[in-house]
Amino acid sequence: MFPILTVMVALPAVGAAVLWALPSAARDRVREIALGITVLELALAVVLFLQFDTATAGEIQFSETYAWIPQIGASWALGVNGIGLLMIVLAAILTPLAILAGWWEDSDGDRRTRYLALILLSQAFMVGIFAARDVFLFYVLFEAMLIPLYFLIGSFGGAQRRYAAVKFLLYSLAGGLIMLVGVVALYFQGPGGDQAFLTDNLTDLSMSTSTERLIFLAFFFAFAIKAPMVPVHTWLPTVAENARPGTTALLVAVLDKIGTFGMLTLCVALFPEAAAWAAPVIIILAVISVIYGGLLAIGQKNMLRLVAFTSVSHFGIMVLGIFAFTQTSVEGAALYMFNHGLSTGALFFAVGFLIHRRGTADVTEYGGLQRIVPVFAGTFLVVGLSALALPGLSPFVSEIMVLVGAFSVAKAAVIVSALGVVLAALYVLLTYQKVFTGPAPEARASFRELTRRERVVLWPLIALMLVLGFLPGIAINVLSEPSADIVATVPVQEAGE
Amino acid sequence: MSFTTPEIAWAPLAPLIIVLGAAAVAILVESFVRTPERRRSVQLVLSLVALLAAAGTAIVQWTMLDGAGTVVLADMVTIDRQALAWQVLILVFGVLGTLLFASRTRAGEEAFTPLGSVAPGSSEETLARRKGFQVTEVFPLALFAVGGMMLFAAVTDLIFLFVALEVFSLPLYILVALARRRRFLSHEGALKYFLLGAFSSAILLFGAAFLYGATGTTAYAGIAAGIGSATGLDALILAGAVMVVVGLLFKIGAVPFHSWTPDAYQGAPTPVTAFMGAATKAAATAALLRVVYEAFYGLEWELSWLFWIIAIASMLLGTVVALVQTDLKRMLAYSSVAHAGFILVAFAGFPDGALSALPFYLASYGLATMGAFAVISQVREKADDGTVLGEATRLGQWAGLGRRSPLLAGAMALFLLSFAGIPLTAGFVGKFVAFSAAISEGAWPLVLVAVIASAAAAFFYVRLIVLMFLTDVPEGQEDAVEIDFSPLARLVVIVAAALVVLLGIVPGPVLSAFENAGVLLLGAAG
Repeated sequence: MFPILTVMVALPAVGAAVLWALPSAARDRVREIALGITVLELALAVVLFLQFDTATAGEIQFSETYAWIPQIGASWALGVNGIGLLMIVLAAILTPLAILAGWWEDSDGDRRTRYLALILLSQAFMVGIFAARDVFLFYVLFEAMLIPLYFLIGSFGGAQRRYAAVKFLLYSLAGGLIMLVGVVALYFQGPGGDQAFLTDNLTDLSMSTSTERLIFLAFFFAFAIKAPMVPVHTWLPTVAENARPGTTALLVAVLDKIGTFGMLTLCVALFPEAAAWAAPVIIILAVISVIYGGLLAIGQKNMLRLVAFTSVSHFGIMVLGIFAFTQTSVEGAALYMFNHGLSTGALFFAVGFLIHRRGTADVTEYGGLQRIVPVFAGTFLVVGLSALALPGLSPFVSEIMVLVGAFSVAKAAVIVSALGVVLAALYVLLTYQKVFTGPAPEARASFRELTRRERVVLWPLIALMLVLGFLPGIAINVLSEPSADIVATVPVQEAGE
Repeated sequence: MSFTTPEIAWAPLAPLIIVLGAAAVAILVESFVRTPERRRSVQLVLSLVALLAAAGTAIVQWTMLDGAGTVVLADMVTIDRQALAWQVLILVFGVLGTLLFASRTRAGEEAFTPLGSVAPGSSEETLARRKGFQVTEVFPLALFAVGGMMLFAAVTDLIFLFVALEVFSLPLYILVALARRRRFLSHEGALKYFLLGAFSSAILLFGAAFLYGATGTTAYAGIAAGIGSATGLDALILAGAVMVVVGLLFKIGAVPFHSWTPDAYQGAPTPVTAFMGAATKAAATAALLRVVYEAFYGLEWELSWLFWIIAIASMLLGTVVALVQTDLKRMLAYSSVAHAGFILVAFAGFPDGALSALPFYLASYGLATMGAFAVISQVREKADDGTVLGEATRLGQWAGLGRRSPLLAGAMALFLLSFAGIPLTAGFVGKFVAFSAAISEGAWPLVLVAVIASAAAAFFYVRLIVLMFLTDVPEGQEDAVEIDFSPLARLVVIVAAALVVLLGIVPGPVLSAFENAGVLLLGAAG
């Protein structure tokens, strides 16, 4: 069989190497080359999606296994079920758009080459992580991915980018290293041998309760940092404020999903009993994230920080869905991971376009743009409304699924979280009001309407959200079986909070 | 009392004989080849040929050996796969170190003083420099050090352990003192290293005497047997064992026996620091492994606390003090203290896994150390008139190095990431196998401390990466630092970088080579 997943990991990685190796003379076409590679990757993702057998969406498909380091039981094992599939598709959609959105950045060919090569390299890691079927491989990619990201944040961006990069790295590294203890400990619980780290060989292990809980916590800690949950979320606003909007879009929309993805496919799937044990506390933290993120978002002047805090809030909803352990809530959480990627990606891109025009992310510097740039204003409004989960746009479907699904097990949590929706309406509409309404500024002509390239970035995302808003079945089809499998592994718990 | 001549199997000793024989020949070369330039070439070629030949012989023997290995020199030395694996590793460091010893700046300046015996700053020194004198003795000294370390990894007798220790330590004391620039610092480092080294040798010897007194033998096998049977002498045995272990921990550079490292690392000529940092740690770890697994295995319960405490102290102190260093060589010295702690983590509970994990750990650590110091040796201060001075080891001077030399800065970043244990570098696999070994014996609290220390340590490694890549060269400092192109040093950087990546991505073959080596030693230990 054609090893499509390995090819999808290798293509952007090789692309990055090619960009690096290009002679200086050829560097003025580097954007086109990078875009071409990511479009090719998108085409592969579409093929993957079409070839995926929806009838058995819960099973691992496109499976590949090669021996890698048999001495320690690690293999190069890839494969996706419905959840991994959607995440890979999301990564494939957003990377070319991020390149397009940042088209104007960097006048210097060398710098541009480095930026694009790092973006491609990150994409290779993203696809690899979502497809990894081996815990060791997952861990290696999870940690190694920090290097391109570190340079993406630290070399390209705002005034405090170095501080942001170091903060990001240390947070992630701390989480990752704690997880390493869990990975090693898990090895000794498993069967050992040449393929000791295959997730198939690590499910249904009989561990003592305390061991299982400790290993679960080691994994969960790393994923909670990545998914930014309160109280380990503080790196995200700093990074969002200082990195390029394109970088942040990829980071929040795709990479942070590794946190929730890991919770679903590793934490819950490998340690169901520990997950059930920890669920009440995690749900409380998730609810705090929802409210706290929303409240802080309202107080932000910097739009990039604002979007970052809204994401903290949204990640709280996803985590709530995962740890409520009902079919609907888990399905909703998985769907939200995809929809949130579309919505937040679009939001960061749009804010990036604003900043490109005015040179600041400070919301008080704007006002009255509605009359000058109506198309921009309309587009921004739709993107913003998707973030507050307006019916008709896809985030609504997933958010309602999580809340309805979780209601039967955690009523109080759902009721409090529903307040988050109200907060979302506040922060989105207030921002829109400050930026686009009010008296028109004096220098009217200086503010440009959405260009064609920018429309190509935003409108497909909006279209996709509309389609999935009305026909969520397309995505739910591939999610329901894996979600059912996950829910089935978790021991039944009592209802109520 | 009658004396019987011991049977000596010469073939297993061939790698050792080649290296030490070449060292003896090299001393003759010193006397008979008069022109410095020719002497240097002869010494360099002789050293490289000897080291490579020894490595080749050792590898051939490794493939021929099976079973428990060969005991030679009346039980005093055991050549098994474990010993040969370490010897090959030390020889690799020897080859890279020799290349660094021979590297010169563009202006033809080497790292060593032209004449060690003259006072710093004296007119004799100026004269020696003008006449083009060179201390080519560094090559035979390095050969002796390598020979001693190879022996150190193979000894199974306390007396021979002491002999091997001195054989490799004495040349190192001298080498540390031979820096070309900042000679007082070099002398200071060498003196501290010498005094503390002598102190540690004495402790080791004292411990050996205790053990002889309690068990009536200095052979590891005999001591292991005595630990089970000698009644009423437990205190004596335990004190002896602790003292022997402490003597070896001095060489590894673990807290509280680390105080020589910062001064010796900083003062020594950088090629010597590189060689010493990589090879001494490897040889001392090898000797510690052997004495612990073959002689003191029965004392696991009594000795474990020692390893726990010293491991934690080394990791924490090394990391915390490294955070506040402003000199690069001192920072790496404290990082080496922290790494000594990581090495000791693998000893917790005496797991079988340590036998294969530690050689890999030391290989990854040593390669990165070699590479990092090779990079340091090429980043030079420049005077206002354009002459290239000594190494720029202040952290601030490395700002913007990524612009000046992407290759060197990139390689340095790779070595630092490997120290920090980031995946896809050799350092990660090393940490992984070392921590796995400890967890297999249930020492997960220790591993937890180790990962927290790793995360904190990442901070100062990353700080240097920030300086190199994300910081601009300070105003007015554009010409203060110069990249000095030295082909040999650059070769070392490239080889080390390639191996660090290779061992990080496909560690399989090397891991299994060491795995085989480990199993056999444990078989011998019984």
